[in-house]
Amino acid sequence: MLISKGEVLSHKKYGEHYHSLTIVAPDIGAKARPGQFVNIKCGEDRSHILRRPFSVYRVHKRGGWASTLEIVFDIRGPGTSFLSQLRGHSIVDLMGPLGRGFSLPRRRAHCLLVGGGIGAAPLFFLADELRNEGHRVDVILGARSMRHLLNPIEVRRLASVYRITTEDASMGDRGRVTDVLEETIERCRAEIIYSCGPHPMLAAVSAMCAERGLPVQVAVEELMACGYGVCMTCVVPLRDRADRNAKKDAEEAIHYARSCTEGPVFNGGDVIWDDNMGEFAVDQLELSPAGVPTRHGPLPEQPHEHAPPGN
Amino acid sequence: MAVDLSMKLGALELANPVLVASGTFGSGREASRMIDLSTLGGVIVKSMTLTPWKGKPTPRMCETPSGMLNAIGIQNKGVDHFIKEDLPWLKQQKATVIASIAGNTVEEFVKVADKLRTGGRGIAAVEINISCPNLEDRSNMFSHSTASTAAVVEGVKEALKNVPVFPKLSPNVTSIVDIAGAALEAGADGLSLINTIFGMAIDIETRRPKLAGTVGGLSGPTIRPVAVRAVHEVHRTWPHVPIIGQGGVGSGRDAVELMLAGASAVAIGTANFVTPRAADEAIAGISEYLARHGVPALSELVGAVKLEG
Repeated sequence: MLISKGEVLSHKKYGEHYHSLTIVAPDIGAKARPGQFVNIKCGEDRSHILRRPFSVYRVHKRGGWASTLEIVFDIRGPGTSFLSQLRGHSIVDLMGPLGRGFSLPRRRAHCLLVGGGIGAAPLFFLADELRNEGHRVDVILGARSMRHLLNPIEVRRLASVYRITTEDASMGDRGRVTDVLEETIERCRAEIIYSCGPHPMLAAVSAMCAERGLPVQVAVEELMACGYGVCMTCVVPLRDRADRNAKKDAEEAIHYARSCTEGPVFNGGDVIWDDNMGEFAVDQLELSPAGVPTRHGPLPEQPHEHAPPGN
Repeated sequence: MAVDLSMKLGALELANPVLVASGTFGSGREASRMIDLSTLGGVIVKSMTLTPWKGKPTPRMCETPSGMLNAIGIQNKGVDHFIKEDLPWLKQQKATVIASIAGNTVEEFVKVADKLRTGGRGIAAVEINISCPNLEDRSNMFSHSTASTAAVVEGVKEALKNVPVFPKLSPNVTSIVDIAGAALEAGADGLSLINTIFGMAIDIETRRPKLAGTVGGLSGPTIRPVAVRAVHEVHRTWPHVPIIGQGGVGSGRDAVELMLAGASAVAIGTANFVTPRAADEAIAGISEYLARHGVPALSELVGAVKLEG
């Protein structure tokens, strides 16, 4: 974890909705792993003091864009509004890389990446790394409408099989990612699922994977004040496995894990999705709920050993 | 330029007046990758309770103009974990350690204090958190009444005779001077002023509170004037009582302001979330101020606000 000043190399847009900043930050970019995030100070205006967390969308370790990292965002408030005004040569204050990223399979595997809206951002970096290591990558990308799909052209390039869903059928199939999840799992013979997006979507994906005994890693997005483990605000309720054996009362068997340091990537089956945060996440992301399941079984042990998350 | 920044708060001796506030720094492990804990005046660790507390559901935080609201519910691993894991590690880092203790009943506070008496060797002081706005029963916050403030302080002081204790008071009271008086009479060695202020925010689209706990504690630069006022009032009444000023302190300038109001030391809170190095920057800022104004000793700043003339 470092704090450093980065210089904006470029500001561009993906579609009409999403902004992208490519930032020269050699120390942070070189260390970042898929699923990790950076926490960015949004100006010196003290009316909004907290940093904003952004998962790393891409890092460029070689070539003409070496030592840069890229984030994507939509404008939600004063912080992202500030960032959307930045242009080349602007200086930003970044903290990162933060959190535990995705674990990659040790043996060659069929990996299915399921992303919703802007939440799909870390899956692009993950797809790059998985492909570099020789894994098969398939992708389901969903959003409310075409303009909320994050870079579908790039998805087409990265994936062996790709599926697009939009709720208004403006692109791909009408519906949600979960409507096509099962058939895509079958078709691609997926062995592990990686997912990022709004909580109700992650809940549904986790439940479907649990039914099939498929390992699923999810990256959550939580409101956070610090991003490095001290404020205890970004917690996610996990089943406390030690507690669960000792106590019958399910209410007691909760462990609130910090998504900034113990996450943001969790095993989907460990998360208790029916806490009130699901509904909240929908409010935050302006997405309609995708049917939050009340309970689902525990995730079976993962078939592969995974590489330790980088830091 | 070497300026002597050491301060004495009664029996509590600090190398410099800049501490980090409870609940904004954990036990220092995470921040220690960014800041040398031995350079701080001290670390007021996250409040510890008799048994581990899981804390409240989410959302626990929302940003507000120049500040934030939180309702965390003192999620912590308990006093035994602190004694076994955190304290030895903090001593290794050569940090000055102030243990913050909390509880739901007077008995719980006293039991935590008892455990620290036997297992807490090396603690420089204890802060008594009787002002957390996120306990189960808000209407019974200890620092809302002189009687319950006195009861907790008396019990803790009885258990920790040789350790300076600083009750942390709430600004959500009619007269903080009265509460401070009760705490001092019960044996407090000094005071921590202030904890967060009760606040609430509503998402107007969904008409739901922005915090799962509905009401939370407001912190950040937005509450600094409230802290300055509280410190000033208490210092005017008891000029010799050492005060740890906190509430919206994020820089050397902020620290000097609290000291002029009457604080002998300050604690950086919410600013740690933005940068774990905020305390280092504040220490440098204080030195710069002393040099610029030709102040020979830091203690001359304490309560030096000019009210007349």
